[in-house]
Amino acid sequence: MGNQKTRIPHSQTVELLNDRHAINELIERILGLALHAGLKDAAIFAVRLAIEEAITNAFVHGHQDLGSDVPVLVEYKVTLGEIQIAIEDQGPGFIPESLPDPTLIENLSKPFGRGVMLMKAYMTEVLYNAQGNRVTMRYSTP
Amino acid sequence: MSESRLRVSKIDEVTQIEFIDRNILDEANIQAISDEISGIIEQASSPNLLINFANVDHLSSAALGALITINNKANEKDGKLRLANIDPQIYEVFVITRLNKLFSIHETLNDAMEHFNKATS
Repeated sequence: MGNQKTRIPHSQTVELLNDRHAINELIERILGLALHAGLKDAAIFAVRLAIEEAITNAFVHGHQDLGSDVPVLVEYKVTLGEIQIAIEDQGPGFIPESLPDPTLIENLSKPFGRGVMLMKAYMTEVLYNAQGNRVTMRYSTP
Repeated sequence: MSESRLRVSKIDEVTQIEFIDRNILDEANIQAISDEISGIIEQASSPNLLINFANVDHLSSAALGALITINNKANEKDGKLRLANIDPQIYEVFVITRLNKLFSIHETLNDAMEHFNKATS
């Protein structure tokens, strides 16, 4: 263990299994709240992409050695013009800074390694915990 | 055998491929699409592929990865992959990842077809 737990205050928490229907349902629920909170089309596009990438990373990389019955934890909180989401897997974590830059010429034709850079490009803030198994993302309307 | 996620038609020497799904996001779906297009490439001697993004609202980095794999396979067989009709929001994803430099992207199907014809004439 030894992993610091800094929950998003007053957030909703969901335990999510790698089931496409459950993932879609959760994303639609979060985006529905975001629409109500005044986020516009471009923001909804950004948030959908970032959540999708973070959930994929959690299951495909974080849980690659874990059983399909191990859930990923998703926290979300929507306030006026802002959304915060944390996705925490139960894997060993990784070092985000160690990822190669996928936009370098020598990496352009590699078919992987773009998820984290897209999350960072589209969200206002993307932070990993020290262990690298929990990402907290925020989108604020400019 | 699962249901096809693509509409495929052959026009002149070009195989046009259209996605049925509006969201190209989840791994299983992307793998199925990638396998189907790879099958088309394997059957052709120098595959000319045109992927029509007209129906697509969202795609993920995994979908970009599949497109890169398809592009690499087409190039290996002296073929050519072109992409067309990409929604501006999705085109921005290509720009952010600089994949607009890797792929041949055209505004319309006609424009892409003209480039295929120029290359063969």
